[in-house]
Amino acid sequence: MKEETEHASHDCCAHHTHHHELVIDGVSVTYRDIVALDRVQMATSCGNRVALIGPNGAGKSTLLKAIAGLVPKSAGEIRWRGTSVKKWSREFAYLPQREEIDWSFPITVRGLVEMGRYPQTGWWRKFSKEDTAAVDTALESLNLGDLQDRQIRELSGGQQQRAFLARALAQEAHVLLLDEPFTGLDRNAALLLGDLLAKLAEEGRLVIASHHDMATVPALFDEVLVLNTQQVAFGSVDQLTPELILETFAMPA
Amino acid sequence: MIQELLSSPFYQRTLAAAAFIGFTNGFFSGFVVLRKNALSVSALSHTMLPGIALGILVTGVLSQWNAFFGAMFAALLVGLGSVAVSRGKRVAEGTSLAVLYTAAFAAGVAILPKLETRTELEHWLFGDILAVGNTDLWIAFSIGSVILLVTNLLMRPLLVTLFEPNVAAAQGVPTRLMQYLIFGMLVLALVASLQAVGCVLSVGLLVTPAATVSLLTDKTSALFWGGGLIGGLGSVAAVILSSPLGISPGPAIVILLGILFILAYLFSPKYGLLVPKMISKKHS
Repeated sequence: MKEETEHASHDCCAHHTHHHELVIDGVSVTYRDIVALDRVQMATSCGNRVALIGPNGAGKSTLLKAIAGLVPKSAGEIRWRGTSVKKWSREFAYLPQREEIDWSFPITVRGLVEMGRYPQTGWWRKFSKEDTAAVDTALESLNLGDLQDRQIRELSGGQQQRAFLARALAQEAHVLLLDEPFTGLDRNAALLLGDLLAKLAEEGRLVIASHHDMATVPALFDEVLVLNTQQVAFGSVDQLTPELILETFAMPA
Repeated sequence: MIQELLSSPFYQRTLAAAAFIGFTNGFFSGFVVLRKNALSVSALSHTMLPGIALGILVTGVLSQWNAFFGAMFAALLVGLGSVAVSRGKRVAEGTSLAVLYTAAFAAGVAILPKLETRTELEHWLFGDILAVGNTDLWIAFSIGSVILLVTNLLMRPLLVTLFEPNVAAAQGVPTRLMQYLIFGMLVLALVASLQAVGCVLSVGLLVTPAATVSLLTDKTSALFWGGGLIGGLGSVAAVILSSPLGISPGPAIVILLGILFILAYLFSPKYGLLVPKMISKKHS
C-alpha cells in the first residue's frame, strides 16, 4: 500500500519526462585559483541513472556538490524543471562519501531519516502525521523497519547506504546525488544497491552517482558522464561502452 | 547533621544553585560532546581567571557581576582570538589556543592575589558553592533559562549543523551563526558554573554528563535531557555528600560525575567494557 502512495507522487515524472529535465549548463567550479570543474554541459531527466566516471581528482564529487548546492559555481547554471536552481532545491538529496560522515554521532536510523523532514517542517513545526508517515514509508520501502532504533554505526555498509537513501525518500527528493555509493560494499550488498537504484529510477527519480569501476557501469547505469576536470564525453551506456571510455583515457590529453 | 543543614536557608540556596547549574551545564554538555573539542573548552575555562582579575582590577570592586563580566569577556576574547590567529593558517587553532590560554591563565594567577580587594584565588579556581548568594543564584538561573530556551528553539538547525555542516549550509541553515551561537552559549555556561566548581573544574561539569549519557543511549535528544538530569542530580548529591565526607563541594561534584562516567564506561549494557557483547556488527 505504502509503495503505491510513493508511486503516485512520482507518476508525473514517468509520463512527462520533458518537465523533469535536469540541465547542467556550462558549470565551472574553482577552489581559490584551482579549476576543479570546467564548463560541464549535459542534460538528463527523471527515470535515468547517470554515472560520473573519471580519474581521482577529476571533479566527480565537485560536480555532485555543485548540483547539490554545497559548493558555489564560478560559472554556469543548473536548471531543474525549467527553472534555475540558485542555491538548493528540496527536491535534491545529496549522499556524502562514507568517510565524510560522522558515524559516531549519537543518532538512530530513524533519527537520521527524520532529518529528511526538516526542510518541510522548518525549525520549529512539530512532526505531523504526514511527516511520521513519510518517515515510516521511507523506512519500510528500504527494509529498515527492524533497524530503525540502531545507531548508524551499527549497520552494515549496505544498510548505511539505505539509511541515507531513506532520508532522501523522506525528504521527497526527486534527484538523488550519490558520492561513490558502491565503495566499500561487498558483492551482495552492491547487487542489492544496484537493484534499489534501478527501482528508484523506475519510480521516476533521477539518480546521479560517481563511480570508479568502469566495468560495472553498463549494468548499473543508463548514462555516463566521463569527466577529467573538463567533460570528456556524455552519452548512454550503449554508445559509451567501457572499451570506448578506456580508449578516450588512453589518448593523450 | 544533614537534616539540620537542609533546613538552613543558606544550604537550600546552595542546593538550588547546584541543581540549576548542574542541569544547565549537563544539558549543554550534549553540544560539547557533539562538537568533539572538549579540550578547547578546558582552555577557555582557564582564561576566565585573568578575566576575573581584570574585572576586579578595572572596577576596583569585588562583586559577582564584575567577576562574571570579566570572565565572559576574557573567554570570548581568547576563544575568538584563537580562531582569528588560526585563520592565518600558519598556526593551528589548537596551538594558538594553548599558547593564549596558558599565558592568560598565568597572568591571572599572578595578578589576582595582588588585588587590594580581599579575594581568594582558590575560590575562583575550584569554586565555593556554599558561599553562593542571591546574585549568584539569579545569574545561574538567568543563564540557564537563556541556554535552555535558545537551544530548544534552535535544536534542529543546531544539530544539522553539527552533524553535516555542508549539507546544513546548502539547506539554508546559517551554519556560521549556529557555530558562534554554540560558542557564545558555551561561554555563558562556563561563567554560570564558576561559582559552583571554579574555572579549573568547570569543564568537568560541561563535558562529563553527556559523555556519560552517550555510553548509555543512541538517542540524540537523550544526550541533552539525560545530561541535564545527571548534571543536576549529580551536583545536588555531591553537595550533600561532600560535608559528611569532608570534601569541598566543587571537587566533589566533578569527582561524582567522573565516577558515574567510569561506571557507565564499564557497565553500560550496550557499550560497557565489562559487559559481554552481542554479535557486534561493525561497519565495513
